[in-house]
Amino acid sequence: MISSGKVIKYGNNVDTDVIIPARYLNSSEPEFLAAHCMEDLDKSFHEKVNPGDIIVAGENFGCGSSREHAPAAIKASSISVVIAKSFARIFYRNSINIGLAIVECPTAAEEIQDGDEVSVNLSTGVITNKTTGKEYQSEPFPEFIQNIISAGGLVEAVKKGVIG
Amino acid sequence: MGMTLSQKILAAHCGADKLEAGQLVLCNLDRVHGNDVTCPPAIREFNKMGLDNVFDKDKVTMVMDHFVPNKDIKAAEQCKICRDFCNEHAMDGFYDVGKMGIEHALLPESGLVVSGDVTIGADSHTCTYGALGAFSTGVGSTDMAFGMATGKAWFKVPSAIKFELSGKLSPCVSGKDVILHIIGMIGVDGALYRSMEFTGEGAHNLSMSDRFTICNMAIEAGAKNGIFEVDDKTLEYEKEHAQREPKIFHADPDAEYDEVIKIDLSEIKPTVAFPHLPENTHTVDEIGEVKIDQVVIGSCTNGLYDDIKTAWEIIKGHKVAEGLRVIIIPATQKVYLRCLEEGFIKDFIEAGCIVSTPTCGPCLGGYMGVLAHGERCVSTTNRNFVGRMGDPTSEVYLASPTTAAASALTGKITDPREATI
Repeated sequence: MISSGKVIKYGNNVDTDVIIPARYLNSSEPEFLAAHCMEDLDKSFHEKVNPGDIIVAGENFGCGSSREHAPAAIKASSISVVIAKSFARIFYRNSINIGLAIVECPTAAEEIQDGDEVSVNLSTGVITNKTTGKEYQSEPFPEFIQNIISAGGLVEAVKKGVIG
Repeated sequence: MGMTLSQKILAAHCGADKLEAGQLVLCNLDRVHGNDVTCPPAIREFNKMGLDNVFDKDKVTMVMDHFVPNKDIKAAEQCKICRDFCNEHAMDGFYDVGKMGIEHALLPESGLVVSGDVTIGADSHTCTYGALGAFSTGVGSTDMAFGMATGKAWFKVPSAIKFELSGKLSPCVSGKDVILHIIGMIGVDGALYRSMEFTGEGAHNLSMSDRFTICNMAIEAGAKNGIFEVDDKTLEYEKEHAQREPKIFHADPDAEYDEVIKIDLSEIKPTVAFPHLPENTHTVDEIGEVKIDQVVIGSCTNGLYDDIKTAWEIIKGHKVAEGLRVIIIPATQKVYLRCLEEGFIKDFIEAGCIVSTPTCGPCLGGYMGVLAHGERCVSTTNRNFVGRMGDPTSEVYLASPTTAAASALTGKITDPREATI
């Protein structure tokens, strides 16, 4: 599976409170969450994001709360994949569980710039910066996780008897 | 090579004799819980699985604590989804207004979590119960739904950082200062994916309240869990609270740790985390004048009886600073009642504070103390991210109950050691 789009870049420790502020947690409707995604960090995010766009960020992306509303807001904003130097662990689990593609790749996250056109092959872990022509190899998911993702998330995995 | 304390508990819950860091395991859970924000999406996912019942109706808990008493219509609807689900499934573990407390204070107090448990909660501060020598960690709503359905959760077996504590805390220094000091030292991702294991003679000197506070903020260093060894103090606590027999595990003497960090508790000073990360720590004696608009004392981090009592000892008989709003929130109904019986609440009100029934409200900028543009708050809560307690330009300074109480009397961040002289 290949995702491609334009990069929106952020720094280190992008926390779940800026991804979706708690004042909006009185709802878990994806469209409502998408309308407020990133607004305390980047007010223009909702206007500038286009389907397929890719978020690239630094270390500890998604730190803070366990709110699944955070990856849900990003997914509902039509972001195809998040590339970061590292992810906070609950955000990492939540993304897999709801089917938001995430890739850990420190070099790519360092070198790729805001506005670059990038494609990511999630099966092989290869990230291609089409703007600079440079390729990066990220670690593909272990089989256990791939089973959950290929089933379409944790709930689907349970329904299909892949896990549980 | 032996196993860490967390690995030992996980092994006992997945039928393995031996586990190593990095292995993926499916563990049996002793409890699954969530709150009014995280349960509605979990219930939605659970319902998609088409099951008639949760895996064990006595092992699933839903605590309404984030936006209750309901702050608005949407919040009321979220609680109703949880209430209807628990009624439909005849679950006793539904904690509504009048019975609820902040979940991470309520579950240990009610004895629903005990030493040796493996528990998950759809709330990041679920790591609090590590204070009891349990493996507990925060997850999202889908993991909660999976746990409700199967009684299981998948984990990547964590490696650990061992914190060897020695000495005793100085007066006016508490568990909050210890964990802020540690986060300042290792950073907000310093323990990412790993366990923080607290051990040594200093760990045994800490009160249970201090241990709860320390484990509560393990997540603020990125950790999967924080955990203390069970000792006499834990067993004494369990005797009063536990609903089941605690199980005691010990790390193997030859357990492998990524890192061993030695900390002399007697050297720790009152510590404050400046905006906008919990790692931006300063000892209170090295900061200049920081004027504040609000003080919050409470939350899952610092809303226990001992926390409220230490704040009361400083505030009683005084008046809070002119122009300052001081909000005090005991974490459970039991703590609230005890504060009432012991006269704390009268003294707080006479000092010019307000005392609320339990809620997470102000900690996450939900309600009950939201900050305006540019306002500053000293708070005993756990996060000071941009916009955490209100407007994105507002500022949160994380501190202990004693530092917060001392600051309440002066209207600026104040060294509690000066306030009590």
